[in-house]
Amino acid sequence: MSASWGSQILRLTEVSKTYATGSLEVAALREVSFTVEAGEYLAIMGPSGSGKSTLMHILGCLDVPTSGVYELAGQDVTGLSEAELAEIRNARIGFVFQQFNLLPTLSAWRNVALPLCYSGTPAAERRERAVAALERVGLGDRIDHRPGELSGGQQQRVAIARALVTDPSLLLADEPTGNLDSASTEDVLRLLDELNDSGRTIALITHEADVAARARRTLRIRDGRLEDLVTSGVGA
Amino acid sequence: MSWSETLRTALEAISARRLRSVLTTLGILIGIAAVMLTVGLGQGAQQTVRDQIGKLGSNLLIVSPGSSTTSGLRGGRGSASTLTTRDATMLSDPSVAPDIAALAPVSTSSQSVVAGTTNWTTQVVGTTPSWFPVRSRTTTDGRFFTSAEESAAAQVAVIGTTTATELFGRRSPVGQTITIDGSAYSVIGVLDSIGSSTTSDEDDTVVIPGTTYAARLTSTGNAASISTLYLKATSQQSLSAAYQEAHAALLVSHGVTAASADFTIASQESLVATATSTDRTLTILLAGIAAISLLVGGIGVMNIMLVSVTERIREIGLRKALGATPRAVRRQFLTEASALGLAGGVLGLALGYAGARLLPSLIDQPVTIEPYVAAGALLISVAIGIGAGVYPATRAARLAPIDALRSE
Repeated sequence: MSASWGSQILRLTEVSKTYATGSLEVAALREVSFTVEAGEYLAIMGPSGSGKSTLMHILGCLDVPTSGVYELAGQDVTGLSEAELAEIRNARIGFVFQQFNLLPTLSAWRNVALPLCYSGTPAAERRERAVAALERVGLGDRIDHRPGELSGGQQQRVAIARALVTDPSLLLADEPTGNLDSASTEDVLRLLDELNDSGRTIALITHEADVAARARRTLRIRDGRLEDLVTSGVGA
Repeated sequence: MSWSETLRTALEAISARRLRSVLTTLGILIGIAAVMLTVGLGQGAQQTVRDQIGKLGSNLLIVSPGSSTTSGLRGGRGSASTLTTRDATMLSDPSVAPDIAALAPVSTSSQSVVAGTTNWTTQVVGTTPSWFPVRSRTTTDGRFFTSAEESAAAQVAVIGTTTATELFGRRSPVGQTITIDGSAYSVIGVLDSIGSSTTSDEDDTVVIPGTTYAARLTSTGNAASISTLYLKATSQQSLSAAYQEAHAALLVSHGVTAASADFTIASQESLVATATSTDRTLTILLAGIAAISLLVGGIGVMNIMLVSVTERIREIGLRKALGATPRAVRRQFLTEASALGLAGGVLGLALGYAGARLLPSLIDQPVTIEPYVAAGALLISVAIGIGAGVYPATRAARLAPIDALRSE
């Protein structure tokens, strides 16, 4: 990150989001402010309906706040066009979804290479980087397998490789272990730990306390507001 | 996203739903093949007529006598004997009609021709030696009659191949004698075979000198009357000039105005146009029906693309989350739709060509598929694919990524 901006990867300033359903206005987020430093491992916890999905969408530039300012890697992303947001998502954010969201017809490496297709990376380089990312998550021997031929834990690791392949500023994981058995959950969480140890900034959204406990910092959200800041683990 | 990657993605999406893609393509396929075959049939029929009229000779104008009005009864075209050998003599003067290279006055009648014990009713033509170059005919056996023979009213005849076969079988007709209306003629040549024109078998004819015809076969007493006057223009470019000259000169010599003209001049082009106008109407009608089937095929593509967008809403959401711009998403679906259209077009083209080979033997009609029709059909199929893809692709491009990701 640029020196002038310090080590902050993202900064939210009084971010609010309201949805209009008919005549009713629902406030999903109310004036949320926090920052994330480079190399942090942050968990965002909250019960369903608390607004954590909305927060995740805004952090991921999938949605824009109704008011407030969201800066990602030094850039104010509020008020950008859809095409500009798409480019930011492509370059800055690596998504890991609960449902894995792999394309069933593509082999593992082509799933991983997908974000590179949208950044205009040459074909040969795409494959090279995809294979390297798969090796990074321990699936170097599964590059030509289709998602249907992989276990749930392996599929999620493919998804993590896809999130890493663009070398994003932020890895954004939305309930990454929600669909996994306990062994695979442990695999995936250990992988996230390793990635964080090697300097990757991670924001993890979960409603499970033992998953959140892996993070160094936990934000609790309830009724669209941040409750308090809890620091756990080694501390940041 | 690069074009090659977009194309690859589109082709993978198409082949992932193989049966559906084939059925979708079928609509376009049938439409394209139908359009090609109807247009091909129409053009084939026109080509046939054009060929037949082309057999009359090249750069030709055909002057026919106008209709006569006798006691208030108007006869049909050609019923008046207003065209005479004098008209022919006048138009052959280069100072009157410089753009007419040659002309041939023709008198025809149906006569019974006897050779030995065989008889055959055929068209007997009385004309001048210039008939052969004007009508672009040659002899395969023997020779034409000469000007000397014409001025001497010699009893010589040149016969067509059909007539020759009917009268003499396999024997060589040259040197044989035939009898027409009680007069004996010696056969001096056999015409080349050109097949049928629009009106008659051009190979079933007996050509004799016009003077002989006037002396021996004219019963009306009007020996100078002719039934048709063929004019050959000096070139394709001078055809309309020749038309003007002949028209003006005939009006003056007959002492009539253009409105009351007692003759008509037709060109080969006008004959083609008249002969094919009915065909053309039918072709347009049939091609219209075929075009509607193409439109229905296009609606099929659009329908399937809409279903595809709805089904792949999560994929669209994922691609958007990973950085696909609305433009990239739109392009992907447009490419997919046009690939479906093009596939239908190519297969339809193949079916069209197959039909063009097969159909003539079934319905005895030639089918001509011009390259530009084939190219046009391909373009149209792609255009239909794109046209059908615009709305579904725009819908996909406008999907909000979170709504798309959220859907199950």
